[in-house]
Amino acid sequence: MDFNDTKEQAKFRKKCNEWLENNAEYKDKSSKGDSFANKDLVQEAKIWQKKKYDAGWAMLHWPKEFGGIGATPIERIIWANEESKFNVPRGIFEIGLGMCGPVMMQYASEKQKERYLPPMAEGKEIWCQLFSEPSAGSDVAGLRSKAIQDGDKWIINGQKVWTSGAHFSDYGILVVRHDPNLEKHKGLTFFFVDMKSPGIEVKPIKQITGGSSFNEVYFTDVEIPDSQRLGEIGDGWKVAITTLMNERLAVGDAGGPDVDDAFKWAKKQDNLGTPILSDKSARESIADWYCETNGLKNTKLRTMSALSKGDTPGPEASITKIVSANKLQDIGNFGMDSMDMAGMLKTNNQEIKGFQNAWLGAPGMRIAGGTDEILRNIIAERVLGLPQDPRADKGLAYKDIPSGNS
Amino acid sequence: MNLDFSDDQKFLKEEARKFLEKENVLSRNRSVLESDSKTDQELWKKIIDLGWTGIRIPEEYDGLGLGHLELCVIAEELGRFLAPVPFSSSVYLFTEAIINFANDEIKQNILPKLVSGEVVGTLAVTEELMAPTKDNISLTCIDGVINGKKIAVPDVEIATHVVVVAKTNNGISLQLVDLSSDGITIEHQENIDESRGHFSINFEDVQSDIIGDDMNGWNLFESIIDQAAVLFSYEQIGGSQAALDMAINYAQERYAFGRPIGSFQAIKHKLADMYIALTLAKSNCYYAAWALSTNSSDLPTASATARVSSTKAFQLCSKENIQTHGGNGFTWEYDCHMFYRRSKLLSLNIGSLSNWKEKLVTSLEQSNIN
Repeated sequence: MDFNDTKEQAKFRKKCNEWLENNAEYKDKSSKGDSFANKDLVQEAKIWQKKKYDAGWAMLHWPKEFGGIGATPIERIIWANEESKFNVPRGIFEIGLGMCGPVMMQYASEKQKERYLPPMAEGKEIWCQLFSEPSAGSDVAGLRSKAIQDGDKWIINGQKVWTSGAHFSDYGILVVRHDPNLEKHKGLTFFFVDMKSPGIEVKPIKQITGGSSFNEVYFTDVEIPDSQRLGEIGDGWKVAITTLMNERLAVGDAGGPDVDDAFKWAKKQDNLGTPILSDKSARESIADWYCETNGLKNTKLRTMSALSKGDTPGPEASITKIVSANKLQDIGNFGMDSMDMAGMLKTNNQEIKGFQNAWLGAPGMRIAGGTDEILRNIIAERVLGLPQDPRADKGLAYKDIPSGNS
Repeated sequence: MNLDFSDDQKFLKEEARKFLEKENVLSRNRSVLESDSKTDQELWKKIIDLGWTGIRIPEEYDGLGLGHLELCVIAEELGRFLAPVPFSSSVYLFTEAIINFANDEIKQNILPKLVSGEVVGTLAVTEELMAPTKDNISLTCIDGVINGKKIAVPDVEIATHVVVVAKTNNGISLQLVDLSSDGITIEHQENIDESRGHFSINFEDVQSDIIGDDMNGWNLFESIIDQAAVLFSYEQIGGSQAALDMAINYAQERYAFGRPIGSFQAIKHKLADMYIALTLAKSNCYYAAWALSTNSSDLPTASATARVSSTKAFQLCSKENIQTHGGNGFTWEYDCHMFYRRSKLLSLNIGSLSNWKEKLVTSLEQSNIN
């Protein structure tokens, strides 16, 4: 056991770091997140992505012809480790590069890959994912947006929801129902679509945080050429699953205050004349969060160790989002509680804001990219090998499945 | 980056598992639980023959001269099968005390005998119905002569020697006592897991040898406990995995309402939570194993982290394993209760969960992570 890089890894890390030092600023430890709040985040992110692309750092593991350098998984992780030490805009491209890219890589024609992948890697074109619908969340295969074939094109009608970044996206990947007479999973077909197509309307959703990172996307007689179909007609679910598995890897740790912030706060925050940290229940909570945070960190190190040896990692990483999102909610709550009646007040204090934002934002983290409950089902079924739930919609044509009033 | 065991260590683990499986150790645990004996002498003898008691003992004292990581993999397997042997008392606590702090004469006398099985050791600290601290030890040691009483001392039935935490004129010391000495009275104290016997020991003018000095014994004791906590944690994750596996098997086989109970989300989510707790604990154990094997300054924090998460994992897995088994889980006949008992015994043996949480936060304050 050791935490050292191999010779090659150390060399690669040095190379990453040298380039980053020449092209970006180290993070200021005191400012967590939000350092781009007052800038045009999309523009900043595009500039940074282009810089990386030109130097070969944009999509390390992609083949050279699409803008990558064919890096190994461990080199990807080393790059991500090093990049995370710098104050650079991240997040805008995660869905495109993390989910749309792999699907295009697997299902698009060679010509399409040449056309779409390099600008995606370069950050010139942003992609979004159009899966969830008002009546299809956890049961995303229950979606009802329609695709009707008309010669060599398809006509799309319906509504998508929870589409991150749709308002600044150029393209999107889309699952729709081409035949409601087939069973739920069998009547789906997968496309990619130009977000500037006539008939697409994007409306932001105001979240409980007050912000709007998600959208509703309406499709009214939108035309998609059949050449933009990914996979066979009726293979939509199979293609979607590839994407969802990538999503679960892409949606990892919840950002925001963690146990070190709670600890720091508890040392100085007064409660009835003594610091919160002298309170037994606060100490127990901090111990629990510390164990969770480090449990996740060490789980990642185990995954990296496997990758580093060229082994396939185990399923351990599947626990990350459940643990971190719930911890975030608890830590936000803890910080606010520690101020007693004043904990509800809006303020410019960054630490307090951090706790309040965590408390308000964590409910979304527990739902996005697979709810706590769906993730538990996935662990139980895929990791522990328990049988699937019997389904009330099994064997029924989609149009005959009960859907309540929604 | 290599937070993993070596191929040799994995092989050792595999061999340990095969051996314990072949020996039907889980049913041996039941036999001990149901008999008057508090340990499985035959299994213990076989473990000695395999050389496990000498894993960490240097070759010059007839041991195998291996490291803590080898001990970790053995601990995990012993934990998985609830082995009814004094391994934790004699190897994690007693042997480490001798290796780390005893003088050469004691080492030469004791260490080869730990390898051969002639000496079996344990550690005595608790005196009252509360956590021991350096301020509430009242058993005294004056000029090597011990007077007082210890309770809840594990494995005394089979032990030949004990390291006793004693109060001296200058502070606290660790004293090595031969249990066949004059002035010793041993009484069995029934406990919640009788596959591991616990005893009181009364000392009346008993001769002893000092380990370390007569001032700083409490620090030595704490350092022994910090190390041992990593190994106890490995036993705990071994037990957690076994309890989870048992629950998974039952949930697949048992039918209710026309379907396997494992197809109900109430059961799935319960088992997923057990898996989550176990995964966190296991990963923290890996890190603590690294800290232990490299004698890292991070060991007190790392071992407390492993200990807290492993205690939580084993408690959760063992109690929810009973729940998954329904009424059957509450019977003596099913093995569920043996895991439940052992999880509690292990969680208390070197200090309770809440005291380890306190230890963890204290170590964070001391290391001043901010």
